[in-house]
Amino acid sequence: MLIFEHSRKGRRNYTQSPATPASKSAIPQNLLRKSKVLLPEVSEMDTVRHYTRLSQKNFSIDTEFYPLGSCTMKYNPRACNSLAMLPQFISRHPLAPEDTGQGFLACMYELQEILKSVTGMAGVSLTPMAGAQGELIGVMMIRAYHESRGDFARTEIIVPDAAHGTNPATAVMCGFKVVEIATDKDGNVDLDALKAAVGPQTAGLMLTNPSTLGVFEKNVAEMSRVVHAAGGLLYYDGANLNAVLGKVKPGDMGFDVIHINLHKTFSTPHGGGGPGSAPVGVAERLLPFMPIPIVAKEGDTYRWVTEKDKPQSIGRLSAHMGNAGVLLRAYIYVRLLGVQGMHRISEFATLNANYLMAELRKAGFEIAYPNRRASHEFIVTMKDIKDKTGVTAMNLAKRLLDKGYHAPTTYFPLLVPECLLIEPAETESKETLDAFVVSMKEILSEIESQPDMVKGAPHTMPVRKLDDVKAARELDLAWKPSA
Amino acid sequence: MPFIPHTEEDIAEMLASIGAKSIEDLFDEIPDELVSGELTGVPSGLSELEITRLMMERANQDGFYQNYIGAGAYEHHIPAAVWQITTRGEFYSSYTPYQAEASQGTLQLLYEYQSMMASLTGMDVSNASMYDGATALAEAALMAVRSHKTSRRILIPKTVHPVYRQVVRAIVSNQKIEVVELPFNTQTGQLDPASLAQFANDEFAALVIPQPNFFGVLEQVDVLTDWAHSKNALAIGVVNPTALALLTPPGEWGSKGADIAVGEGQPLGIPLSSGGPYFGFMACKNELVRQMPGRIIGRTTDLDGKEGFVLTLQAREQHIRRSKATSNICTNQGLMVTAATIYMSLTGPEGLRRIAAQSHANTLDLVEQLEKAGGVKRTFSGPTFHETALTLPKPAADVLAKLKQKGILGGFDLHAHYPELGNALLVCATETKTAADLQNYASALKQALG
Repeated sequence: MLIFEHSRKGRRNYTQSPATPASKSAIPQNLLRKSKVLLPEVSEMDTVRHYTRLSQKNFSIDTEFYPLGSCTMKYNPRACNSLAMLPQFISRHPLAPEDTGQGFLACMYELQEILKSVTGMAGVSLTPMAGAQGELIGVMMIRAYHESRGDFARTEIIVPDAAHGTNPATAVMCGFKVVEIATDKDGNVDLDALKAAVGPQTAGLMLTNPSTLGVFEKNVAEMSRVVHAAGGLLYYDGANLNAVLGKVKPGDMGFDVIHINLHKTFSTPHGGGGPGSAPVGVAERLLPFMPIPIVAKEGDTYRWVTEKDKPQSIGRLSAHMGNAGVLLRAYIYVRLLGVQGMHRISEFATLNANYLMAELRKAGFEIAYPNRRASHEFIVTMKDIKDKTGVTAMNLAKRLLDKGYHAPTTYFPLLVPECLLIEPAETESKETLDAFVVSMKEILSEIESQPDMVKGAPHTMPVRKLDDVKAARELDLAWKPSA
Repeated sequence: MPFIPHTEEDIAEMLASIGAKSIEDLFDEIPDELVSGELTGVPSGLSELEITRLMMERANQDGFYQNYIGAGAYEHHIPAAVWQITTRGEFYSSYTPYQAEASQGTLQLLYEYQSMMASLTGMDVSNASMYDGATALAEAALMAVRSHKTSRRILIPKTVHPVYRQVVRAIVSNQKIEVVELPFNTQTGQLDPASLAQFANDEFAALVIPQPNFFGVLEQVDVLTDWAHSKNALAIGVVNPTALALLTPPGEWGSKGADIAVGEGQPLGIPLSSGGPYFGFMACKNELVRQMPGRIIGRTTDLDGKEGFVLTLQAREQHIRRSKATSNICTNQGLMVTAATIYMSLTGPEGLRRIAAQSHANTLDLVEQLEKAGGVKRTFSGPTFHETALTLPKPAADVLAKLKQKGILGGFDLHAHYPELGNALLVCATETKTAADLQNYASALKQALG
């Protein structure tokens, strides 16, 4: 039932708006609204009950294991939320003077410094509001760098075929042509293809490492040499930083610009699709082009770096300073973990992934890259199972929902057929992983004994399989009252 | 180990299963020359008690002020239920709802949000959010250029938020789209429809129309919308969602209505929080829906014919279309939209209208009282909503510094963005201010000017 269907004309929450209508108005009649606003007319209790019930129809990290590859669904510590929402922080206006926000700015400055040091970059700006915006800002800096040198011929961005869809979409949004390069049989970028692709037209390469295939790109140093020799720059998509934090720094791998998904590696909540936050880090030569604002420290005082300090900046990409509250949560998380905790993130994420990969292999699942170490994630391919039984990766994913597990990422990366990209994250215990393996085994035997039941999954969710085709053909995107 | 549950025994068993001697072995594919060794520059870990003390100290250092700054972010009362429900783990820690059957809560909520925003803006459809108001406007500009096909030029009045204009320029210039800024009438504070005559023979993809504009002034939206349509261009409204409870919504501007409505969603239950996270909203007419960026939720049925909700029109999006997507946007501001939906449900149509009307009335009262402080007068003659520009007899920066000493953040100094306006200060009083607050500000201003 929709909230609108609970609505009754004239019902209202008297405590949530002024008790009496305003006594004056100077808005000209011709600008006043004549049509009704179709907001629900419900009591506070109706609202609380309705949205509490809706929440109960969701899977979440707080309620289920979420082995969702490439999304790093780790536990979101509650202290990060409650301390970021201290009343002084949440009531501070973004345009309030700097001296009324020194406590907040200190947190931001320290976060910048910590992110610089763990990634090996020369500068960090906190403004990007999601991974894709971090990418856009990063690629804009690559463009600004080339143009500042009078080099306008660099019109191409190279992207491996295993990359996230945001990489090619970002390059195009930034006005570049995308050149896709292939992956070899072991999951590395095809070096020969890269060498053939680079040239004076190359603006840069966007790379995720470890890649979305769940393996470390062994040739990264050589790739860096190839791209740099051609005059291009290297972009690091930090989507999988969780796998190598404290082990390898993107700066040491030769990357010129990176983004870090705080909603992955630094445990800020996914919130049902955001808000994210994706600070960008840059090497020395890109410092002048960083987006503003950035926090600077002078003596004991913090202040905003603006266009006055950075005339070559690519500019502002948000109305204020980015997702400040998300940044506070990440700061609190880093301080709780400390330096040792930073190292443990990748260690235990990698331990969990390799353990789960080993156990699933023993259970009879086919691993896409069996000769490689898993990073923090790995791929199971259902191709043989589908050929034999007709049961697809999507069917298995939906059946997992019935068993109380969120599905792994399916059908991504695109180059492995019938794939499940599985990422357990470091915060899950061995018992959880073991129970997951038991459920996966059960599904394997269900595929043998009752394949149609598996194909019809899920069976225990609030709804059964939904009709996507109907949704797209008979668009119903907003509720309208019945006439 | 913080947030890592493994016992020594677990680790040993897991390594045995893998066939590795140590955790270190699991990183043996990383070339030695790349391994970084111990991290530096990260302090030692804190307990929850210790971090609580630190954050309380920092929060106390920042303190509380009586705030009269608006300029794109507005202080409103936020009902307690909004964030108590929003931060339930099932909303807070869930992922983007790709697995529809396990995400019906978020999906239904987003459908309800789209319905509320479509009605509030008077448009047919809304998406499930953008990052913020500024990026929503930039995406609207890109959308207009995609749908126009021949012109790559956008007209934006200088009465649009100055940072929004910067963000639009930064984003659309990548695609060689020209942004033409239009001057305003310095008497009224409005975009002057007469000034559009210079474009009589030019082609452009869209005209951006703010309502209210950055000065709080109400624009002549009907004339401007009709003019854009007469030029075969789209009309893009940039609107304040609270104001829409009182003002003609973009979908009803002029004879055909604006084509796209965008804006900053923060006033709908999102705390000021030093600038974010907020959310941008975007709504449009039916015929533009396939050009719209971002997530869109549709209502459909399951195998049993039961109602359910899914992400739809995904063929526009980056995870399907890659380089041919309408935008690179992936993660949006889902949790903020959760809060906004609960907020709009709690206020209802009458509550939101009263909040808007009281904010307007309080600003009228504030301006009336501040005008008595001596030498203070309204900068513009145009009617305003809940923000008004005042011209002071002294530089606004000096006056604001004195007010701050009394715990008052007196408004937004317009000098940096509009030096031609002299000592102009933009003030805002929402429904959160009482008559006593306004008097307190007026007497502090009198002293500051004295």
